[in-house]
Amino acid sequence: MALLKYESQVRPPLVVGNKDYHQVTEDICRPVEAKPSKLWWIGFIISVGLLLFGVLSVTVEVIYGTGQWNLNKTIGWGWDITNFVWWVGIGHAGTLISAILLLFRQGWRTGVNRAAEAMTIFAVMCAGQFPIFHMGRVWNAFFVLPYPNTRGPLWVNFDSPLLWDVFAISTYFTVSLLFWYAGLLPDLATLRDRAREKWRKAFYGVAAFGWTGSTKHWQRHEALSLVLAGLSTPLVLSVHTIVSFDFATSVIPGWHTTIFPPYFVAGAVFSGFAMVQTLLLITRKVLNLEEYITIEHIEVMNKVIVLTGSIVGIAYLTELFMAWYSGVKYEWFAFAENRANVFSPYGWSYWLMMGCNVISPQIFWFKKMRRNILVTFFMSILVNVGMWFERFVIIVTSLYRDYLPSSWSTYYTPTIWEIGFYMGTFGLFFTCYFLFSKFFPVIAIAEIKHILKKNGDSYKEKMDVVERENVDEFAHAQAH
Amino acid sequence: MAIKKFVVGNFYDEQVLFPAVKAVRKQGYKIHDVYTPFPIHGLDTAMGLRDTSLHTAGFIYGITGTTTAFSFITWAFTTDWPLNIGGKPFFALPAWIPIMFELTVLFAAVGMVLTFCYLCQLAPFVRKDHFNLRSTDDTFTMAIELNERSNEDEIISFLQRTGAQEVSVQSKETGWWLGRYDQDNRLYENRPEVIA
Repeated sequence: MALLKYESQVRPPLVVGNKDYHQVTEDICRPVEAKPSKLWWIGFIISVGLLLFGVLSVTVEVIYGTGQWNLNKTIGWGWDITNFVWWVGIGHAGTLISAILLLFRQGWRTGVNRAAEAMTIFAVMCAGQFPIFHMGRVWNAFFVLPYPNTRGPLWVNFDSPLLWDVFAISTYFTVSLLFWYAGLLPDLATLRDRAREKWRKAFYGVAAFGWTGSTKHWQRHEALSLVLAGLSTPLVLSVHTIVSFDFATSVIPGWHTTIFPPYFVAGAVFSGFAMVQTLLLITRKVLNLEEYITIEHIEVMNKVIVLTGSIVGIAYLTELFMAWYSGVKYEWFAFAENRANVFSPYGWSYWLMMGCNVISPQIFWFKKMRRNILVTFFMSILVNVGMWFERFVIIVTSLYRDYLPSSWSTYYTPTIWEIGFYMGTFGLFFTCYFLFSKFFPVIAIAEIKHILKKNGDSYKEKMDVVERENVDEFAHAQAH
Repeated sequence: MAIKKFVVGNFYDEQVLFPAVKAVRKQGYKIHDVYTPFPIHGLDTAMGLRDTSLHTAGFIYGITGTTTAFSFITWAFTTDWPLNIGGKPFFALPAWIPIMFELTVLFAAVGMVLTFCYLCQLAPFVRKDHFNLRSTDDTFTMAIELNERSNEDEIISFLQRTGAQEVSVQSKETGWWLGRYDQDNRLYENRPEVIA
């Protein structure tokens, strides 16, 4: 008992404002049931605009080929694969929050997991498009699937990291989607039962699959969530490991690195958490959910950012050290000349990456900064820029000077269609996110209710009383 | 599906619900189900429900995924179309581990979710009758099934004594059917009698 008492004292409440169950439902359902605000419409229209620009860019690329992207003889993986790895990385925080933190019984995940999972799904949708359209002849994209075909039957290459990618990304998407939707069922049922309009009853009635909240269903639901979390945890680590194999199993100096898998995973979590921060800081403000996504949540996520940012920093230095220590002159050239040399053509991007990813997050060692919304928001953008440049640095600075100086590329600048495609995925991502925040509860209602008695304001207040009075009596009252 | 009569008690606090469930069971009444807005740990044990075997099903699905990937790739690359890729052996097991792992997770996850939906009879367009619309919001609803021998009034007063704030008697078709929540038609109403 003493342990429980101690624990509750160090942990500040996760739901503030003395909520009861009904108020939780009201607060979280309100943005879904109310008419969208002007801000929502503005954001949504901008997103759809970006999406349309993306569609145009992709159309141009499909008609005229990947030449539209300014890829050249050495830089064959320009912005597209950079964006692919970046988007996949963004997705990782969602699974981390929903799966790994569920296994570790972290109560604070409940405030942010729903939005983070949605973010994962949309990010993976964005990511998947890049390798597909990078194929050039996108109508043949189904060739990557192992199916009995008329070409032999010639199977896909199961020994290739690019095929592992196909399996990893599609599995990741499917499992994340199932996990997210299974978690949504009870909350959709809540919305269905509150619905007054006919269309709402019909829509949520179909979406909620007939959920009633039966004890047996909850028991199975809990088992399902736990096992899906157990499956997603190694899955999320495997996905970015496999993405890193795209590089690490090659023999290109700058790519051929054994540190890549853990370094990519840490980087993914780093950028993912930054994106969760960006989204949730806006969401909590716009939808008035400050009592559920509290400053505590933001602080905890900032702690994760400083941790993973530091891991990434160590990885950069280790990579640099190993390039020198290995004595391979090509490897050292890639690092010393192509990257770390400020005066080399892409030196700026390396130091931009270092600044954004390694130096700037160190500000979060200070509690005051971790709890400052403006600083957090600015940092979350900075980290995402930095992590984009990490992938850019890895891809472009390793490729633009290959073993043959005669084929060294001139400076590579993206075309409007390449930028447009990237902007288009932003459009897709935010369009999906806006629709999600309009039609689905952005916070897991059932899960918040589940932690309310233990982590809500009123509980903490009661604990203060207990401290002064009788602990055993309180323990007795809390025990079921 | 048969139409049954239930005494339905609504509780506002799960700390009242727990002793009530125990008391009702001790008294020998048959709890049809308890509907709660969020999972309450230990309620399944208190109600005497069997633990779910969904985990076991998940394990079996996972193993199926592993063997599917392993046997399929082995067959494709050693028997059906052996191809020399970069001097690697035809049977290149380490290179197949990523795909074997992914398929394990995929099969387990998809299989488990489908099994979950099947066991709980959840699907789009499935309609189930509710005892209380607020049991997905803030109320814990306990339904006690009545049979021809049970005393309705006795159960009502017993439920009230255990702490139920609202008690009512309802007739429901307990199963599920394909229907929509925006339409109020109940299948058991106006259903023509089938005469053999």
